[in-house]
Amino acid sequence: MREITTTEITDTVKRLFQEANYYLPDDVVASIEKARTQEESPLGKDILGQILENQKIARTQQIALCQDTGTSCVFLDLGQDVHVTGGGLYDAVNEGIRQAYTTGFLRASIADHPFSSRTNTKDNTPGVIHTEIVAGDQLGITVMPKGGGCENMSQIKVLLPGAGKAGISQFICDVIEESGGNPCPPLIVGVGIGGTAEYAMYLAKKSLLRKVEETNPDPETAGFEAELLTAVNKLGLGPQAVGGTQTALAVHVETYPTHITALPVAVNLQCHSARTKHAVL
Amino acid sequence: MELRTPITEEVRRSLKVGQLVEITGEIYSARDAAHKRMAETLKAGGQAPISFEGNIVYYTGPTPPREGAALGSAGPTTSMRMDAFWEELLPFGLLATLGKGGRGPALRAKMKGLGAIYFMAVGGTGAFLTQHIKKAEVVAYEDLGTEAIRRLTVEKLPVIVCVDSEGHDLLEEGKAKWRRTPVGAVATSTSNGGGG
Repeated sequence: MREITTTEITDTVKRLFQEANYYLPDDVVASIEKARTQEESPLGKDILGQILENQKIARTQQIALCQDTGTSCVFLDLGQDVHVTGGGLYDAVNEGIRQAYTTGFLRASIADHPFSSRTNTKDNTPGVIHTEIVAGDQLGITVMPKGGGCENMSQIKVLLPGAGKAGISQFICDVIEESGGNPCPPLIVGVGIGGTAEYAMYLAKKSLLRKVEETNPDPETAGFEAELLTAVNKLGLGPQAVGGTQTALAVHVETYPTHITALPVAVNLQCHSARTKHAVL
Repeated sequence: MELRTPITEEVRRSLKVGQLVEITGEIYSARDAAHKRMAETLKAGGQAPISFEGNIVYYTGPTPPREGAALGSAGPTTSMRMDAFWEELLPFGLLATLGKGGRGPALRAKMKGLGAIYFMAVGGTGAFLTQHIKKAEVVAYEDLGTEAIRRLTVEKLPVIVCVDSEGHDLLEEGKAKWRRTPVGAVATSTSNGGGG
């Protein structure tokens, strides 16, 4: 049994959220640079140039890449041999979020009740926290400030099992076409296939934690990801949906066994400001 | 081209879809909560906090500024959420707006009738765009925090004409031009009818 204090957890969560909001990950920058060379629409190319310039300014001046500093999503991989001391694990995570947003010049964007008062909690808490129990004595923490523009375009549909790859592809393309410029393309398209309705969406979200160019380890799924990326980019939306060839930087698919009657498909879109940051305690 | 505010009807009607524009002068920020309150105020027979006549409303909710800056990150938010308020706020002179993403077809038709215009800025580039915002001052609804109405002094703020006064829409035209797959080539996916 290894002990990790809540203070270490709070400090780490605070640091990760501030860094995630100021520094676009290198793999995302590289992928946008590649898209810029490949984009055929001149206006689309200019827009990608502005996006690249934006990340340079955010990095240098330590100001948020986007004014929507998001819902604070946190993914914990908690080793089963870890003992958290000094208080509650989720309290420690939320304290880290509070400190990150109130001291880091980040916008508080959380409404306390979804349909009633909608009063801003003023510190971006509570976060949305997902925990998986894993082997070992470490605590993995990944943070993702998830903007509303892209998150709000998410959809889940339970298809008929016979819909197959064509039906899945059509659903994904429909979601992206309907969402237009709202989710801020070029996108990373997170797709969860299988499991149950809520688990498919969890998988879709989790797929966004991968490096942009990293494919699914299963060759058949990786091949489907490539097919889907081609299909999505043929839609012609392009950067910010002004028209172009680079609608998505990548399509990430995660799968899970599912019920004999079902084919759940969830789409969770990520804008070009794909902010994630990871640490291991 | 450079566009100085306030803008006359003549200038508004001269702008063409897809045109790159740099805005210099004063514009106003307002988004969801401010729109809701303005609409409620009007319904209750109240007065507008300011007149938008000849001005541009920027849909943005900035991050707090670091020392020396007017605002923190201040990029556009999704305009479609404000579609429902547009008509209600017409008495405030709201004929030019700035945000990201498209406007709904119903709104575009109404805008065309009045020669209204919609600009888009590049979403997710708030750190870049704020370099063009030189001054910011809260003019109404201070309690709304980031969603308060602010008067922004901007210098060469880069935007694109997305819907012009004749109703041409950049996003519709762009998609039509760059689409490389037929519409409805694959049968639309069907929802699951049940299980057991």
